[in-house]
Amino acid sequence: MATLEIKDLYASVETKEGRKQILKGVNLTVNSGETHAIMGPNGSGKSTLAYTLAGHPKYIVDSGQALLDGEDILQMTPDERAKAGLFLAMQYPVEVPGVSMSNFLRTAKTEVDGQAPAIRSWAKELSQSMKNLRMDPKFASRSVNEGFSGGEKKRAEVLQLELLKPKFAILDETDSGLDVDALRIVSEGVNRAKENTGLGILMVTHYTRILKYIKPDIVHVFSDGHFVKTGGPELADELEESGYDKYLPEGSNSESALA
Amino acid sequence: MAENQAPNAASDVEMSQYVADRTRVNEDKIKQDDEIIEQFGEYNYGWHDSDAAGQAAKKGIDEDVVRSISVDKHEPDWMLERRLQGYRNFVDRPMPNWGVDLSGFDAQDFKYYVKPLDKQAASWDELPDDIKKTYDKLGIPEAEKKRLVSGVAAQYESEVIYNSIRDDLAEQGVIFMDTDTALQEHPDLFKKYFGTVIPADDNKFAALNTAAWSGGSFVYVPKGVHVDIPLQAYFRINTPNMGQFERTLIIADEGSYVHYVEGCTAPIYSTDSLHAAIVEIIVEPHARVRYTTVQNWSNNVYNLVTQRAYVREGGTMEWVDGNIGSKATMKYPSCILAEPYAKASTMSLGFAGQGQYQDTGAKMIHLAPHTSSTIVSKSISRSGGRAAYRGLVKIVKGAEQSSSSVVCDALLVDEFSRSDTYPHVDVREDDVSMSHEATVSKVSEDQLFYLMSRGLSEEEAMGMIVRGFVEPISRELPMEYALELNRLVELQMEGSVG
Repeated sequence: MATLEIKDLYASVETKEGRKQILKGVNLTVNSGETHAIMGPNGSGKSTLAYTLAGHPKYIVDSGQALLDGEDILQMTPDERAKAGLFLAMQYPVEVPGVSMSNFLRTAKTEVDGQAPAIRSWAKELSQSMKNLRMDPKFASRSVNEGFSGGEKKRAEVLQLELLKPKFAILDETDSGLDVDALRIVSEGVNRAKENTGLGILMVTHYTRILKYIKPDIVHVFSDGHFVKTGGPELADELEESGYDKYLPEGSNSESALA
Repeated sequence: MAENQAPNAASDVEMSQYVADRTRVNEDKIKQDDEIIEQFGEYNYGWHDSDAAGQAAKKGIDEDVVRSISVDKHEPDWMLERRLQGYRNFVDRPMPNWGVDLSGFDAQDFKYYVKPLDKQAASWDELPDDIKKTYDKLGIPEAEKKRLVSGVAAQYESEVIYNSIRDDLAEQGVIFMDTDTALQEHPDLFKKYFGTVIPADDNKFAALNTAAWSGGSFVYVPKGVHVDIPLQAYFRINTPNMGQFERTLIIADEGSYVHYVEGCTAPIYSTDSLHAAIVEIIVEPHARVRYTTVQNWSNNVYNLVTQRAYVREGGTMEWVDGNIGSKATMKYPSCILAEPYAKASTMSLGFAGQGQYQDTGAKMIHLAPHTSSTIVSKSISRSGGRAAYRGLVKIVKGAEQSSSSVVCDALLVDEFSRSDTYPHVDVREDDVSMSHEATVSKVSEDQLFYLMSRGLSEEEAMGMIVRGFVEPISRELPMEYALELNRLVELQMEGSVG
């Protein structure tokens, strides 16, 4: 049983106009086995929360903590966070030309576990996971994310999630750009990972359709850099009906602020 | 022509400011940064042996020096004449005012002929201990013992001190010996080809080589013979201010195949050394030659090399050129596609670290119909290093149905380094296909973050990105050289993140 506890988190980003605070007092506790949906309009700071937790250098923590089993991951480098058990499935995974997926996955697994996986069981696990995600075996020899379609990139992210077995996974808009079949395959992958490892999930999205496949235990509405409402799965239905308008701060609209 | 320069060009002040800024970020990193700073300039081949022959040699070149080299080697008159022709050309030609900075270059600073041994050794054990140790450290005798190579040549200063070839290849008529011995033992073959691809007046440094050449390899592969495993040559400069002018001549007769691999290292000295080699290759009809270089000279060596192949009907020439070391390199492996259906490719990698300038590229001259060429050039610049692609593709009138493709990619690792592209295209025939692609990319924060978020440290992430970038070149190398190249790139990359 692991716990991720975000306490009063404030974070900023440097822009051409100077430093701009995006996260304004985020509080959240996620336990192993729980699935939290974080919903909110464009520009509310959802992705900033995801990248701040994972340690992207663009985001500057002003104050607050994010305790993973009592250790503040905000003090760690991104690789240390990965080793501590955090995983971020990115909306726009980056291409690394000339590095094969299989080499990348094995290196990542070795780093996260602190030892190289046994070759035979690793090969088996890799091919099984790829089969589950309906990925062509040739995928393993392609360069990381290079020339992948949107759907392939998302599958590759979920493949990493399945293989690296983190304690907590943040899914940043994993549903975006997927057709119905791909959405189902990717969602099944996330559910499988959860069943197998009991991981806690933070699912960042602004559409409710992924929630049909990955059932959230708790739904949060994120607006203007913090949570404004928390409820059960029924909250998602309400958002589907009436949108985010009533959660927006005075005088703003959902398209203007920073993503 | 595109020029891409980071906004803060090579400046030591900015570099140290950068290191200082990064240091302040995190106390723990101070120690790490110190180690990193020490590693700037780390070079694994920087030791040198005791050096009686080198110390006794005098510096500078004039006609007397040229004559004495020729006399010492008991050469025929025609060769002396050729040397003198080269020397006069060298004197008459101006210094190139393009490419690397040669303002500090003075031809009189170098030693032109250092003869480490009276005669070539027949076995590694016959070599003096210190020289033998050098090659042991470089792993050359081991490679021969394990039969990773078909033959070995080891050049130390001006002379090839060891040369061997597998018995079965010798029996098939393959010749692999040092160029000086070849002139004595195969005078007719030698005279037929020597200087036919790169004449004495080709360029200033080719002229200097013609005047002062010593050592190098002579390879002849008879008709139809396939040399299955590479021939390997190893070039080592030991003495300070050495000028090494090896001269390699490879003749692949009809339908034959050979892969020749050369490696180069030198000690680190505070004064400069010079490596001005010539490699001439004749690819007879339907033969195929691959010539691979992994150049890792220390950062006090001027590497000014002329390499050119003459490719006849249906022949294939492949240059694979890794330039990791040296202070300044100017090197543009060339192919003359002289007859129909000749094919050529150059794959080159330039790695420019602190204080290095790699000016590399390729030249492809299409003189006949249905000829094709490919150039893939990759460069990495870091810590203020400068890398340039300089290339020529020329397709003459009448070379119809020819094709050429050029791809050059540059990777900038930081804000202080520089990459330039100087492509020159001269096409005089309509019925051809020609493509050119050039990219300059930076190792991005997002790439580093992506890999780090999967558990890789910053250094590992950087290493993985760079290894991926050079992969199209390293996969062309024999296994042990691919590993060596990756290791060298990694060594060069150490300390690239602070």
